[in-house]
Amino acid sequence: MNNLTYRRASMMLLCAAAIAVCVALSLTFGARGVNLSEILTGLFGRGELPIGAAVVRERVPRTVLGLIAGAALGMSGALMQAVTRNPLADPGILGVNTGAALAVVCGIAFFGISTLNQYIAFALVGAGASAVFVYSVGSLGRGGATPIKLALAGAATTAALSSLISAVMLPRAEHMEAFRFWQSGGIGGATWAGIGSVSPLFAVGAVIAVFSCGSLNALALGDDAATSLGVRTGRARLLGAGAGVLLCGAATAIAGPIGFVGLMIPHAVRLVTGPDLRWVLPLSAVGGAVMLLAADVAGRLLGRPGEIDAGLVTAFIGAPALIIIAMRSKVRSL
Amino acid sequence: MNTIDIIKSASRKRRTRKIIAAAALGFVTLALAVLSLLLGRTIYPFGDVLRALGGENIRGVTFAVMTLRLPRMLTGLLAGAALGVAGSVFQAMLRNTLASPDVIGVSSGSTVAAVFCILTLRWSGGAVSAAAIVSGLAVAALIFALSGGGSFGGGRLILIGIGVGAMLNALLSYMTIRASQYDIPAAMRWLSGSLNGSQMSSVPPLAIAVAALCPVTAALSGKLRILELGDEAATALGVAVKQTRLILTLCAVGLVAFAASTSGPIAFVSFLSGPIAARLTGAGRAGVLPSALTGTALVLGADLLGQFAFDTRFPVGVITGILGAPYLIFLLIKSNREGGAI
Repeated sequence: MNNLTYRRASMMLLCAAAIAVCVALSLTFGARGVNLSEILTGLFGRGELPIGAAVVRERVPRTVLGLIAGAALGMSGALMQAVTRNPLADPGILGVNTGAALAVVCGIAFFGISTLNQYIAFALVGAGASAVFVYSVGSLGRGGATPIKLALAGAATTAALSSLISAVMLPRAEHMEAFRFWQSGGIGGATWAGIGSVSPLFAVGAVIAVFSCGSLNALALGDDAATSLGVRTGRARLLGAGAGVLLCGAATAIAGPIGFVGLMIPHAVRLVTGPDLRWVLPLSAVGGAVMLLAADVAGRLLGRPGEIDAGLVTAFIGAPALIIIAMRSKVRSL
Repeated sequence: MNTIDIIKSASRKRRTRKIIAAAALGFVTLALAVLSLLLGRTIYPFGDVLRALGGENIRGVTFAVMTLRLPRMLTGLLAGAALGVAGSVFQAMLRNTLASPDVIGVSSGSTVAAVFCILTLRWSGGAVSAAAIVSGLAVAALIFALSGGGSFGGGRLILIGIGVGAMLNALLSYMTIRASQYDIPAAMRWLSGSLNGSQMSSVPPLAIAVAALCPVTAALSGKLRILELGDEAATALGVAVKQTRLILTLCAVGLVAFAASTSGPIAFVSFLSGPIAARLTGAGRAGVLPSALTGTALVLGADLLGQFAFDTRFPVGVITGILGAPYLIFLLIKSNREGGAI
């Protein structure tokens, strides 16, 4: 037990260090390199800023958004995996991203939405609807939502929704530019206004998540055991899933579709901390933030002079995680 | 009536149904092919179209039919057949209705290579097709190797395929985002699958591939049925399991890659053809010919729908994608209700 505590504590320290490093990297690297004094002026200076410092200041909102959205995605993955007792639950695999994208595209095409808050509302509705849809299709009938059924239901739904998106968008070339954002997620377009609009959603989701840790831990023992421990399983599941969808829906609304953070991070965290959600959840938040920021920095460095969207980088390093999970699991348990 | 008579009469009934179903499919396919030639912005009299096909030069008609509609129809016909056969082979060989090439990432292998060649290397024509074929084969080999080589565990293979597909899609998005606007139309057909701009010059390679690989597949279909019993049983019954599977995989992947190299990966066709054909013919698994006909009918029908049913002309892949997904959901619900393994 001591050993476990030691590992958890060192993981916490490691994550804090990783966050600091990622934030520093995110402020430093990009199309234009900056030095330390420029960073300090950019962060704390007032009035007219020299160009280097101004560049740093421009990078602050995207760094903040990377932290928040990454944390939300990591927590959302941990919650969904706990609620569904399914190792593959992830916003990308559950089709949440595509659902949000379809809702926004329909909003642009049919309802003429154009403000940030409208985008966020539509994305949230679409994310929630598609998560519920995929999960209910994947869990119909005998055996419940097995990982393989859930993955297939998600893949099928994603394919269908993508076709629908094409069908809506093709006749409306004038909206293509607004739509392109929804093809690959990234935090490059972050603004303080946008962060302000979604922050309350993140806060509500995180608070619910923290308070449902205990009952979700009990759920891991099975519904019967959880009930006998005094947990209302239906309510616990609803709260956990609601918080998960809220978090990833808000992240998708502000950063576009970013997959595989929610899949990969909780798995990595559980390897170190064990299955206790009270540890998995906060560490997944930290880990998600680190992964998204690191992916963003990597995308900036690899894509010079332009950028590679963070969502593409996370998909590229996260998809192998799915492959590894599939290779390690016994065929029976799939 | 003794048992043998009952079995004989049942088998006769099944054979009759198969023949009727195949004939009906053939008729539908033929009708759709003729419609593809007749319909267009201008509808020419049937006689004129026939004479244009016969080589007569009629103002307007010859251009529309010989340059626009015939290559389109032939490409759709051949690509549909190739995808249909490949899908049904994969599904039978992996003993899994969902294991069609587009779900397990084989098509994305071809797509990524093709888009890379067009956008980055600025190749065109045959070289792109060749790269698409090689890459499709390589990705298929990778997926099989990762999922445990010879044992072909169904669930694992699907998950790994979905993972590989996700990675390839990320690459694809990256390339299309970086590309200049002028190159996008050439690459677009590779993303959704389209018959727009089909050219006569790309028909012969596909035709040769279909003509060469489909008969091989058909010749092995008896062994394929035995393979479905499981590796041990098949070995005991005298089938060279590994060799048969290797040839079938090569044929199926080759068909997918050749089809994808001319029309792009038309979504869900390989996924749908086998099950629909099986349902129509009443057999457990559909044979090569019904699958091919179903694939062709799907592609030609969806292309006609995409061209004429809406205000906007949609590429065929968008239509099949929309058609295909509800079918998959129906399949999930059905297999759930019956409690069978997917």
